[in-house]
Amino acid sequence: MTTVIYTAFDGTETIVEGAPGVSIMETALRNGVPGIVGECGGSMSCATCHVFVSDETAAFAGEMSELEDEMLDGTAVEREECSRLSCQIKLIAGETYRVTTPSEQV
Amino acid sequence: MAAPHSDATLIVGASQAGVQLAATLRELGDTRPIVLVGDEPHAPYQRPPLSKAYLQGEITSDDLVFRTADWFAQHDVEVVTGETIAAIERHVDGGGEALTATGRRIPFARLALTTGAEPRRLDLPGIDLPGVHYLRTADDAAAIAERLATAHSLVVIGGGFIGLEVAASARKRGVAVTVLEAAPRLVGRVVSERTSAFYLDAHRRRGIDVVLDARIAGIEGTDAVSGVRLDDGTVIHADVVLVGIGVVPRTELAEQLGLEVDGGIVVDAACRTSDPTIVAAGDCALMPNPYARGSMPMVRLESVHNALEQAKVAAATLMGDPRDYRTTPWFWSDQADIKLQIAGLSTGYDATVLRGDPETERFSVLYYRAGELIAADCVNQPLDFMAVRSALARGATIPAEAAADITVPLKKSVVESAAPSLV
Repeated sequence: MTTVIYTAFDGTETIVEGAPGVSIMETALRNGVPGIVGECGGSMSCATCHVFVSDETAAFAGEMSELEDEMLDGTAVEREECSRLSCQIKLIAGETYRVTTPSEQV
Repeated sequence: MAAPHSDATLIVGASQAGVQLAATLRELGDTRPIVLVGDEPHAPYQRPPLSKAYLQGEITSDDLVFRTADWFAQHDVEVVTGETIAAIERHVDGGGEALTATGRRIPFARLALTTGAEPRRLDLPGIDLPGVHYLRTADDAAAIAERLATAHSLVVIGGGFIGLEVAASARKRGVAVTVLEAAPRLVGRVVSERTSAFYLDAHRRRGIDVVLDARIAGIEGTDAVSGVRLDDGTVIHADVVLVGIGVVPRTELAEQLGLEVDGGIVVDAACRTSDPTIVAAGDCALMPNPYARGSMPMVRLESVHNALEQAKVAAATLMGDPRDYRTTPWFWSDQADIKLQIAGLSTGYDATVLRGDPETERFSVLYYRAGELIAADCVNQPLDFMAVRSALARGATIPAEAAADITVPLKKSVVESAAPSLV
């Protein structure tokens, strides 16, 4: 099982089974998980799929590109140490991902 | 005989706006049936990657899906694919019944038009030859990808975003590419001369031939396209031709319904058409846009963002809680390794400020009217884009004299507005 656990800023949890290779943003959109917008479809143009990842998730979420780093400077809710754009995290088979979504994306 | 009554919402057009409208109705607590009708044989999918990642072979059609079948089932949204609405009959009470081209009848209580747009067709000798393509749908993109797989040369007619994106994608696959643009500059409808000049240089640097002021006499070929003939007699060899000369909104149904149409389905700020019981949203809708400061010109925007935001407004209107459209328009275009992000609408600008050096392929052009920031084209400068988008959303500005200084982040030069924010 590849699982994503989305926690909204108000604490509401949504658990979705994901498919390997699909991003956390796409998984959210396809399943209608609130709190992630992803207007640009994952082309790193909009910064509306901002998430805070857990330490465990960060360990296997992959490296951040320079462009992602720059886009994170313009998110609707200020970035934190654990901020990522969820379109850039592609699911690895068998892992469980934990992310918290910010109160605003736009 | 009176048609059967229903309490369903019929949404005509199953792309970004249509899907968002259905999703927002459910978010707002609507429990009545929703029928989403699309004329393509596919479940709703994203179009923007078609000219980019899809044509480059980085993703497949499965990756374009943006809502699962489960989501539609769980939210009780009936998706009807491969059906065109041929006619709509209205009841006196506001509801009605739609008749599809295959004879299916869909009764409804409320109607939303999210019919989108279709490619503007070119009338030229030889235009119907195999190998001449337009790009709007997943099927269009699949056909182009198949041709490009064995093609050595592509001619793109039209130097707008879609044409340049396809040109860059094909070039990446090693295809020889020529872009023919009728105007004296690229993307002239959308960006300033400075940004146009940059794109001309950038694409030429990447090995794409660009002909400006091109006058095309016809498409050459016998069984399939073999080239494009200019009016001076030059023939440019082409195994594939892509025509990207803009889109026209799909307004046939609106016209048939007697709604006001003026190069788009005319709506007010709450997405109501001239019949206030019918809403329209997305590429097909012509709306007074609050973004032109000081005036409210009617604009029709072609972007995912606009489709999503108008759909949310239209859904609220259908729920009897109309709210005005208030959002900062934004657009993007990825061509090769060049990321363009546009915030705001530059229409009517009277001054521009260049920030950075286009030669480095990282720069922004900021647009001003009467001293106020109204928009920016940001090339490989996401930070500038985010700063401008956020400033415009708050009704703030960035003084022109501060904007050119690349040593200071734009974000730090934002001056908040004393007047109440527009959005």
